[in-house]
Amino acid sequence: MVTTTSSSTAAALRPDFAAIASWIKADSKILDLGCGDGALLKYLQQERHIFGYGVDIDDENVLSCLKNGINVIQSDLETGLSGFADDAFDYVILSQTLQAMRHTERIIREMLRVGREGIVSFPNFGYWKNRLQVIRGHMPVSEALPYHWYDTPNIHLCTLGDFENFCQQCDARILERRVMQQDRQIRFLPNLMGKLAFYRFERQNKSPRLEPRD
Amino acid sequence: MQDSNSVGIVTPQFVHIDKPLELKSGSTLSGYHLVYETYGRLNADRSNALLVCHALSGNHHVAGIYADKPKSTGWWDNMVGPGKPIDTDKFFVVGVNNLGGCHGSTGPASLDPSTNHPYGARFPLVTVEDWVETQTQLAEHLGIAQFAAVVGGSLGGMQALQWTLNYPEKVRHAVVIAAAAKLTAQNIAFNDVARQAILTDQDFYGGDYYAYNTVPRRGLRLARMLGHITYLSDHSMATKFGRDLRDGKFSFGYDVEFEIESYLRYQGDKFSDLFDANSYLLMTKALDYFDPAHAYNGDLTAAFKVAKAGFLVLSFTTDWRFSPERSRDIVKALLKNNISVSYAEITSAHGHDSFLMNDAYYHQLVRAYMNNIEV
Repeated sequence: MVTTTSSSTAAALRPDFAAIASWIKADSKILDLGCGDGALLKYLQQERHIFGYGVDIDDENVLSCLKNGINVIQSDLETGLSGFADDAFDYVILSQTLQAMRHTERIIREMLRVGREGIVSFPNFGYWKNRLQVIRGHMPVSEALPYHWYDTPNIHLCTLGDFENFCQQCDARILERRVMQQDRQIRFLPNLMGKLAFYRFERQNKSPRLEPRD
Repeated sequence: MQDSNSVGIVTPQFVHIDKPLELKSGSTLSGYHLVYETYGRLNADRSNALLVCHALSGNHHVAGIYADKPKSTGWWDNMVGPGKPIDTDKFFVVGVNNLGGCHGSTGPASLDPSTNHPYGARFPLVTVEDWVETQTQLAEHLGIAQFAAVVGGSLGGMQALQWTLNYPEKVRHAVVIAAAAKLTAQNIAFNDVARQAILTDQDFYGGDYYAYNTVPRRGLRLARMLGHITYLSDHSMATKFGRDLRDGKFSFGYDVEFEIESYLRYQGDKFSDLFDANSYLLMTKALDYFDPAHAYNGDLTAAFKVAKAGFLVLSFTTDWRFSPERSRDIVKALLKNNISVSYAEITSAHGHDSFLMNDAYYHQLVRAYMNNIEV
């Protein structure tokens, strides 16, 4: 249950961790939403000396975080991040959780309220294997989407293009995108060839509480 | 699992602090006794001490049993012991009866050395901050420069919070369970009804009932009955008692009919035999006064600026006397200060009393946090 793997093994096992870590500046302050057992935060502590908190609703995950020595706040992301102050974090991470959330727009806006930058990763529904399964007449079931249509927690699946449009709607300016297929980075036809998508973004219209840009 | 393990037979110890204590109220106590118990061993570099602070009706007898009293198990024996969540194989655990209590530490029922009569009404009101001061004296007596953790539920959690503010260098971790950074108006209101029950009892004699060889038993009994209702949840009362009748039918009178009445009266009677009314009054006042943000214009974040400890904050879903919202206030202030904190909201049916219960998940959380404390 509890991952106690060393960071190098974790990177090999979870290329998504390495992808996220590559965007994180050392010694930054991080909020990890839907943090699970705290493995990502632990990895970032080891690799980037970050300070941070995880947020999770699930009892087992909260317990695993405590076992892993990770700060965790038990809270329901669907109700927002009211326990966190404006601009409190350098990065707010939502790793493979967005697609399972009901209030998607609210969480993106909340991420940008409490953090300077947001990082989101999600399984790309536009991945060709998913498309192929749909063409064959079935909802996709794969490693990245391991559920059936009737038991999936993933209620808001999207493609790269969908997410990019959505960011505009949420006043999020995309700073960087990375598309992965296993541990390989995909540059050619990413919306077709990429399995996992990562985005780093910031507030589009810097709100008044931030210092105006000249 | 060794969960059935007990620290075994324990013996309370006494220390006289021969040093004047200036209280928040402005009064001074020239000296005082503290009764305490310890479990486990203080390690060579004295880094494994853990203080358990008690709540309203608790005391120094946290764990274990007295040799001559087979039913005298400590109030938190399910939490503290060898192999238990607060593991006495790892920690040197200290339990102390707070000043003003009635279990051996100096309190209203103690003899005032200047008069050789019980203090009674002349015993000064004490605050959570005053208690922390007395606990530092005990720590000094035991050779403890810094606690690995200070742990408490309810009023005990308030003391753990206060430790991190008054002595940030002397506490590495605070475990704050079912507590609040201040009482709400509703919570103070309950305390005042309890106090009024005692204060208006004709056997109270302005607090000097000792001289009359009596105790304000009816008042204390009512106070406890009221308190007890607020420590349970609607759900737990419904499950345990429902509308069950003791004799299966109405008797159309005011004697005990419903099982809940029987239970509350029994609890009230038992308590009024064991507890001193003046101590009860004083403890409820300490609860009401506690508000570390007060000195910072109500800004709890500013109050926590000095804190350095790591925190574990726990609340229980059905606790309406110290609701999860109050714990979240604490967490919010800690987060704003970039303090290491974990928070869990434990699903429990038992209301405020949950913090004393043997709930598996609750105990796993405490155990996990304790395991990661370096000593």
